[in-house]
Amino acid sequence: MPLSFTLAPIDYVILAIYFLFVLGIGWALKSKVTGSADFFLSGRSIPGWITGLAFLSANLGAQEVMGMAASGAQYGITTSHFYWIGAIPAMVFLGLFMMPFYYGSKAHSVPEYLRMRYDEKTRAFNAGTFAVMTIFSSGISLYALAKLLEVLLGWNFHFSVLLSGAIVLIYIFLGGLTSAIYNEVLQFFMIVFGFAPLAYLGLKDVGGWTGLKARLIPVAQEHHFAPGTWTESWRHLGAASANPMGVEWFGLAMGLGFVLSFGYWCTDFLVVQRAMAADSMSSARRTPLIAAFPKMLFPFLVILPGMVAIALVQGRHLSLPANADGSLNYNMVIPVMLARYFPPGLLGLGFTALMASFMSGMAGNVTAFNTVWTYDLYQSYIAPKRSDAHYLWMGRMATIFGVLVSVGAAYLAAKFNNIMNLLQLIFAFVNAPLFATFLLGMFWRRANGNGAFFGLLGGTLCAAAHHGLTLPAGEAVGIKGGWLGLVLHTYPSEMAQNFWTAIFAFSTCFLTTAAVSLAGKHNRSDAELKGLVYSLTPKPAAEIEPWYQKPAVLAGIVLAATLALNLIFA
Amino acid sequence: MDLDLRWPLGLIFTLFGAILTGFGLMSDPSLYRRSLDINVNTVWGVVVLIFGLAMLGLAFRAKKRGKP
Repeated sequence: MPLSFTLAPIDYVILAIYFLFVLGIGWALKSKVTGSADFFLSGRSIPGWITGLAFLSANLGAQEVMGMAASGAQYGITTSHFYWIGAIPAMVFLGLFMMPFYYGSKAHSVPEYLRMRYDEKTRAFNAGTFAVMTIFSSGISLYALAKLLEVLLGWNFHFSVLLSGAIVLIYIFLGGLTSAIYNEVLQFFMIVFGFAPLAYLGLKDVGGWTGLKARLIPVAQEHHFAPGTWTESWRHLGAASANPMGVEWFGLAMGLGFVLSFGYWCTDFLVVQRAMAADSMSSARRTPLIAAFPKMLFPFLVILPGMVAIALVQGRHLSLPANADGSLNYNMVIPVMLARYFPPGLLGLGFTALMASFMSGMAGNVTAFNTVWTYDLYQSYIAPKRSDAHYLWMGRMATIFGVLVSVGAAYLAAKFNNIMNLLQLIFAFVNAPLFATFLLGMFWRRANGNGAFFGLLGGTLCAAAHHGLTLPAGEAVGIKGGWLGLVLHTYPSEMAQNFWTAIFAFSTCFLTTAAVSLAGKHNRSDAELKGLVYSLTPKPAAEIEPWYQKPAVLAGIVLAATLALNLIFA
Repeated sequence: MDLDLRWPLGLIFTLFGAILTGFGLMSDPSLYRRSLDINVNTVWGVVVLIFGLAMLGLAFRAKKRGKP
């Protein structure tokens, strides 16, 4: 089966209409951007359902659609832990416990919250690492998209990088955060409408869930695992050697479920920025909870097609392209499945959805970057006390700069096979220690600025040291680990190594912050910490809202449904 | 922000729904061998069309009530 597929004229029509709308939204919002608060914060005026879907969509980048389908093929339903353990609990925690501090503190960004709670150096450290990380992530999205267009449609790689970068640049440059958020919601619906038929047709083709389970038994056996390994999410996590992901339940629950997940969803400004644009405290708290509903169903949209694909490959009904070393290129699962099941027309919709997913991931990073750069680095350290118009101008310049550097990062990203692992690695270095800083900052008033700063520094260094001293099985010393010249431990998989890097980084940051804080003095009085620390903040008066809009009720429903999904697919 | 997002959402999905449904009704059935002999363009086109129209309806209703 040929790897490339041909788009019919109708598919190009759909693609063209989509991009007209994307640019049109930016154009329509242009006149609404009158100051920097509109550009960076959407003037705090967006309803909860829109920020909620944008919250989800900003994360729907390259790692989500292509990477999760790839993991679905490679590891089976265990991949759903990235949703049911690795996202939902953290999203609920953000909505219930952390959003009141973020939104209530009136900070513009996550680093600014750190300045209010701790001190200037903690903010500078976080703003700097975060800015680098967003550009990296944005570059990965861009790379993956251009590579895809090159492989599937034969488009020139350099042309694709520049074209995609230019589209994202234009709509953010014009409409700022609102434009990014509106487009993310549009992208969300594109992805749902573009991929839902794929999951349905794939599942129907293999004889439903029962048929799929039966067909995945030989897949598991071929890899020398128990028959149900690909379709049971918990039963084979007793030992790292019993599942293809190479992780055991503790590493998964602590590394992914606690450290990486809470570190990402609760402290990454990329997603938190969406909630901060909400029109009220109540909408801000509902944002991650609204996002959690579609999030828990996404495994059916993106992981399921991967599982169907590997079942078809096993039965020789489908072939995946191979990498240079002869292994299967799992990242191509979604395009191969689209080409197999979608006729012209629907193929246009599915293909456009795929492009949309890359652009939303990239745009989310660019808007987070331009805000952190302008507020937390430029305004704070380079050019304070300039006019609002000047900062608005700088925000637009930062958008151009961010896109240009992303283009550079896109060429760097070419080194990695599985996109998601690279992202996990970056998050482990930067985000994993960060959650300890927030946890202590929000719930322990004794934590001080020196503690936070040295904790973050120690945590990030520990992450680097752990990565530099360990190696996943079968990998060469280099970018995958062991680069400190000594390999102290070999993990069964890259994923297990990442989870444990995160656990070590978090623990180091937690302990260092606590120890340094206890050894030093308070650097903030209780009055200054009001609104920033849990015990010093008056509980928000219950807003008058119908029961189905109350954050606690929504959280209860989300958690119960997630538990049910875990049990059904245990 | 006074651009109601439901307008562009409604417009684009109404347009996509209409295109898919129209194309599905006119196209040769042999196109659908790969989609398990289901005319997915028509079926899914109608679903997308209904979603688009519903969004337009909601946007229209909000406009009539004078809310942004």
